[in-house]
Amino acid sequence: MDYAATTPPHPDVVEAMLPYLKEKFGNPSSLHSFGQEAKAAVEEGRKQVANLINCQPEEIVFTSGGTESNNFAIHGVIHKLKPNKNHIITSKIEHHAILEPCHFLEKEGPAPDGAGAGFKVTYLDVDEDGLVNPEDVRAAITDKTALVSIMHANNEIGTIEPIKEIAKITKEKGVYFHTDAVQTVGQIDVDVADLGVDLLSASAHKFYGPKGIGFIYIKKGTRMTQFLRGGSQERNRRASTENVPGIVAIGKAAEIAKTELSERIKKTTELREMLFNGLLEKIPDIRINGHRTKRLPKNAAIIVKYVEGESMLLNLDLEGIAASTGSACSSGSLEASHVIRAIGTSPEDSHGSIRFSLGRLNTKEEVKYVLEVFPKIVQKLRAMSPLRRK
Amino acid sequence: MPEAYSNKVMEHFKNPRNVGELENPDGTGHVGNPVCGDIMEMYIKVKDNVITDAKFKTFGCGAAIATSSMATELIKGKTIEEALSVTNKAVAEALGGLPPVKMHCSVLAEDALKSAIDDYLKKTTGKGLPGFKPHDHTH
Ligand SMILES: Cc1ncc(COP(=O)(O)O)c(C=O)c1O
Ligand code: FES
Repeated sequence: MDYAATTPPHPDVVEAMLPYLKEKFGNPSSLHSFGQEAKAAVEEGRKQVANLINCQPEEIVFTSGGTESNNFAIHGVIHKLKPNKNHIITSKIEHHAILEPCHFLEKEGPAPDGAGAGFKVTYLDVDEDGLVNPEDVRAAITDKTALVSIMHANNEIGTIEPIKEIAKITKEKGVYFHTDAVQTVGQIDVDVADLGVDLLSASAHKFYGPKGIGFIYIKKGTRMTQFLRGGSQERNRRASTENVPGIVAIGKAAEIAKTELSERIKKTTELREMLFNGLLEKIPDIRINGHRTKRLPKNAAIIVKYVEGESMLLNLDLEGIAASTGSACSSGSLEASHVIRAIGTSPEDSHGSIRFSLGRLNTKEEVKYVLEVFPKIVQKLRAMSPLRRK
Repeated sequence: MPEAYSNKVMEHFKNPRNVGELENPDGTGHVGNPVCGDIMEMYIKVKDNVITDAKFKTFGCGAAIATSSMATELIKGKTIEEALSVTNKAVAEALGGLPPVKMHCSVLAEDALKSAIDDYLKKTTGKGLPGFKPHDHTH
């Protein structure tokens, strides 16, 4: 139950991409029929993706995944609009693929000619449910602000951010707005026209496609520099020979997502509620992490008091259940995850953060199994815990 | 999940030895891990300078649980002096090694043990373990 980390490629997706790994290996830039066959496949993939998020095919640029799309958005906009605009607004709970490029820009310092005066980044606080307050965005915007980047839904706690409200503000102020929708595309309705964003990132492996392929939506007219420089692929926006099998696969995954979406939402919400209710009923001293209702259907994040996340994960793994944690002990840095800290969780509670995430192959029987096994694990670990006094 | 744990670590993690508290312990150790914020408690019974029983409670990762389990195993039946020579490295080695990022968890186990002996010495001789400074544990 770790579908937020990645998803198994849909069998139809694998089927669709296979010919492009075998006989249909043409380069879309070649003028011969092999090349043209590949080019047609790429354009078909673009249409399928555009159809899923309600935009024009020309507004889609294929990338190597969510990380590249996020880097593209940040660097593409800021390097185009500098030196007049040198300020970015984001939140403290973004994925590292947003935070790290921002940290990098901050460290870059003033341009040698003094013109750039360096880059500035504002990291907005969130409330205890992980929500960004749109009014905080408004207050942070200055005449130097180039871009606001707020994720659509958080990968750890599942909270869905008020993207439409923020978009109204950025539009009013004439600032570009990017959203990292890696956790939402193919999981809930993502309509760029309705959301009102200028830029949006997504990654195939989070919606039953393969790893290493994603896209960025760039609204027509958005001014950006090229991210990868080289050939003229992707209308001069991203050089490199297209990942044809990947594009065919993400297109297929998008097409399937479109038809399965309401079913997916219904099913995962149902399973999640069953899981939440069962856990709350069977285990004392736990609570739901993230917003109770403004949350991704698939995300079941909880805080289990008095026990540590890695030891819970290891026990779950021994029972054949995959999950994840934001505990300090399981991170290479030995610090609790930045998301868990940003929502104001105490150090002790942050140790007990556990995320189950559901997907299309999970069943009620599996949820029942977790509900049977997990309370015993917690009980065993709590018996060992010096924090819990009899 | 961190790098793979050895079979021995997993074995102690699955079936930790000596979990719990001792009634009327002769020495109690309570330490917090300054690195990641975990907590370990160790209890010892001492008779004629020999540790006759040891128990622990741990709030921490798999390595913390396994090292406290192994540490209690290693010191049972040992004299105070012998127990003091049980270092975190010895505990880690007895477990077939630990991933490098998890070595500090074995330090916690060594600290908990020293803290228990320090408490025992204070109670019996009025003087603690020379040079022992338990890590401050702030939560
Ligand atoms: C919110 C979010 N953004 C970005 C990424 C990175 O995506 P990718 O693995 O495709 O680079 C992830 C995936 O872990 C994510 O959850
Ligand atoms: S006790 Fe936290 S990493 Fe081992």
